[in-house]
Amino acid sequence: MQDLSTITDAIHSFLLSFLPGWLTTTVECVLIGVGLLLVYALLALFYIYYERKVCAAFQCRIGPNRVGPWGLLQSFADMFKILIKELIHLNHIDKFLFALAPYLVIIASMLAFAVLPWGNGLQIIDFNIGIFFLIAVSSIGVLGILLAGWSSNNKFTLIGALRSGAQMVSYELSVGLCIVTMVCLAGTMSVGGIVEQQSDLWFIFKGHVPALIAFVIYLIAGTAECNRGPFDLPEAESELTAGYHTEYSGIHFGFFYLAEYLNLFIVAGVASLLFLGGWMPLHIPGWDAFNNIMNYIPSVVWFVGKAIAISFIIIWFKWTFPRLRIDQMLSLEWKYLLPIHLFNLVLMVCVIIFGWHF
Amino acid sequence: MANFQDKIAKLFPQATIEGDNMPMISIPDNQWHDLALALRDDEDCRMDYLVTIVGMDWKDSFGCIYYLMSSVHNTLVSVKVTTTDRERPMLHSIADVWKVGCLYEREVYDFFGIVFIGNPDMRRLFLSIDWKGFPFRKDYNEENPVSIENERQSDLTYNYVELPDGTVEKKEIEVFHPGDFVVNIGPQHPATHGVLRFRTAVDGEEIKKIDVYMGYIHRGVEKLCESLTYPQTLHFMDRLDYFSAHNYHHGLCIAIEKAAGIEISRRAQVIRVMMDELSRIASHCLFIGTYCMDLGATTMLFYTLRVREQILDIMEKTCGARMTFNYDCIGGVMQDLDPDFQKDVKALLAVLPANIKEYNKIFTGNVIAKNRMEGVGYLSREDAISYGVTGPSGRASGWACDMRKLQPYSIYSELDFDEITATEGDSMARFKVRMKEMEESAKILSQLVDNIPEGEYCVKVPKVLKLPVGRWFTLVEGCRGAFGIYIESDGSTKPYRLKIAPPCLPLAGVVDHITRGTKIADLITIGGSLDYIVPDMDR
Repeated sequence: MQDLSTITDAIHSFLLSFLPGWLTTTVECVLIGVGLLLVYALLALFYIYYERKVCAAFQCRIGPNRVGPWGLLQSFADMFKILIKELIHLNHIDKFLFALAPYLVIIASMLAFAVLPWGNGLQIIDFNIGIFFLIAVSSIGVLGILLAGWSSNNKFTLIGALRSGAQMVSYELSVGLCIVTMVCLAGTMSVGGIVEQQSDLWFIFKGHVPALIAFVIYLIAGTAECNRGPFDLPEAESELTAGYHTEYSGIHFGFFYLAEYLNLFIVAGVASLLFLGGWMPLHIPGWDAFNNIMNYIPSVVWFVGKAIAISFIIIWFKWTFPRLRIDQMLSLEWKYLLPIHLFNLVLMVCVIIFGWHF
Repeated sequence: MANFQDKIAKLFPQATIEGDNMPMISIPDNQWHDLALALRDDEDCRMDYLVTIVGMDWKDSFGCIYYLMSSVHNTLVSVKVTTTDRERPMLHSIADVWKVGCLYEREVYDFFGIVFIGNPDMRRLFLSIDWKGFPFRKDYNEENPVSIENERQSDLTYNYVELPDGTVEKKEIEVFHPGDFVVNIGPQHPATHGVLRFRTAVDGEEIKKIDVYMGYIHRGVEKLCESLTYPQTLHFMDRLDYFSAHNYHHGLCIAIEKAAGIEISRRAQVIRVMMDELSRIASHCLFIGTYCMDLGATTMLFYTLRVREQILDIMEKTCGARMTFNYDCIGGVMQDLDPDFQKDVKALLAVLPANIKEYNKIFTGNVIAKNRMEGVGYLSREDAISYGVTGPSGRASGWACDMRKLQPYSIYSELDFDEITATEGDSMARFKVRMKEMEESAKILSQLVDNIPEGEYCVKVPKVLKLPVGRWFTLVEGCRGAFGIYIESDGSTKPYRLKIAPPCLPLAGVVDHITRGTKIADLITIGGSLDYIVPDMDR
């Protein structure tokens, strides 16, 4: 398995050879920032294309097929259109908060990118409470949504924002408990550590029953966290026109739109980190030849591939199920998912204490 | 029938009864409310369904003709109430006897300016509140009736109360309470299926009251018809409920043919019925698709549109159009069937059962769909009748109101099909009834597809068609409920009055009643399950 940290280390020592230490750090931060923006934009474009194609397949259609080969340039064209669109200025709104809200949403998802395990040694920051940091920063997003709904001074956006607040705060509990369950199994909160722990076997196999329960609940709660169907109540098109971002236009709307897709990637990425080993190839104890072949596939491909595969399931949900009602959605969380998961946490602890895992 | 006529004559000596098949009772205004109660509650009458109120201007007097139907005895009766006061015409309201009456009386007030004493909500229904005059009056000649100022938004409604000394007092009532959080759902909204506006007072997510605003696409079809010849009036029928264009055409054709005494060939009748049933399947297909989309399941739309597309192709081949067909005409149909018609219908019948099975598999059994629809928007049988909710929505509440069975027209009495009813009365029942009705329509089609008799498709009718003096009322079953046509003729080539009784107006009128206390999301579920079409209610 190629360790990509050799490359990053080489860049680091190269910069250090002619720059002072503080400047090196600054230059590296800028480089990472630029790289992150690039990855961010490309991923969003890919996801828009991906979702449209998957959706088309479900709906007996072809999907985008005119702009570029197989419609590949369609999302570039869409994004360009959003970039050149006018930002419509509204009266009677809280202008500062209205402008701030999309940035809060997008910053939340960008910060979460910092701890995702992109590949072997390819992680922006790896510290001992990495997964904790992820939960913390992803909670900022709901603040942006609440602000957007409130500052627009519109009844639909307000209802959308309140729905969103209730939904994201509730489902964060389930996501948090899923992460706690898997952290118990890993014994560490460091993202790198969690991946290392899965070098012999992925957690979903290692933790068998409780891990499987956690995985299913995580997928449901994660879908709710990124406000996607069947949990798309905050922007329920047929009820609230577009929910909290009804009043936004141009790139401000684009930010919400991008953040939705990026959140989808983050949820899928965290799922692959916690259950499917992050960038870790599929290793089966005792099958050395098989493990070696698996190691030939680059770690970045493993991570992105897993994330996209899990995203497929979440997109599948959206284009199959009807939307839940607000009370049904809350009762699903508080009456079913949360109690099941509290029990699951105890089960996981028992599994670890008695060593029932593989 | 005779039994209840004697009874009425005994109870109300001032009433005159004419006609035998569909009797017309004339009654002075001051006894009308008592008669209404008697007609509704008496065991021999049980006239519990108010079909429509036809506002009339006979030049020397104003009046209303009420069409009543019994859900028990299946009898139709009409009541005529008049007033000669042209300055301040007033009649007594029957809004407390039949709940749908409130809406119908508002319509009459809007067009004729007849004030109904006791109606709790005496506002205009379709026209804007600053419209000048009452356009359906025969002496109406306002040159510029539309105000050029912004339309005011008024939260006030009026109630006219009769004081003990006989004078009438006008009272103002607030539609909403001062502190209500009122959300405008519509006129431009993805889930109102057209330009309909619900002013919704909500408490959090819970709906406290809905005030329905209509008339955004009111075109005055009835008024237009008064200046057109009978064959010309037909064209408007496509533009009411555009999904049951064939059925509405059929209705008006029957009414005119009945009045003019035209017998049409059996071939034309079979073709008309087949077209009606094809439209019913297409309409229900679209209902299922858009309804699922309202609930958030977008994918279903594409599955149902496949079948609808097939039907539209059949229609296109024969009628030359996919939407406004204008196919039925007085005396038969416009042109003969396409040579491929039978083959295409058979192909449709072959794929339909598998498609319906697939819809059920994808959507009906889904646990989220069940949670969203079951028990949501319950409408009892009594309320369905009182609010005049006909069609699949009324049948889902257990009221057998299929005009194809109650008032058989054309060749429906010879056909073998079942009337689908359910007892649950919720959104799920309304959904399932439509699903099953598609199967029944397919059954009708399969009986007819091989038995289209030879013959002429259109009989000869006079070039200039004049109807004798008189009045006629016909009911047919559209895709969304009972569609009534009232024609009054003064012997000329144009109708003196042509009243359309659309099924969708009561459907919109019942929304407030069944959404009270439900969530905003339920409003979408309920509105979708009622399946109203806005051009039909606005006309």
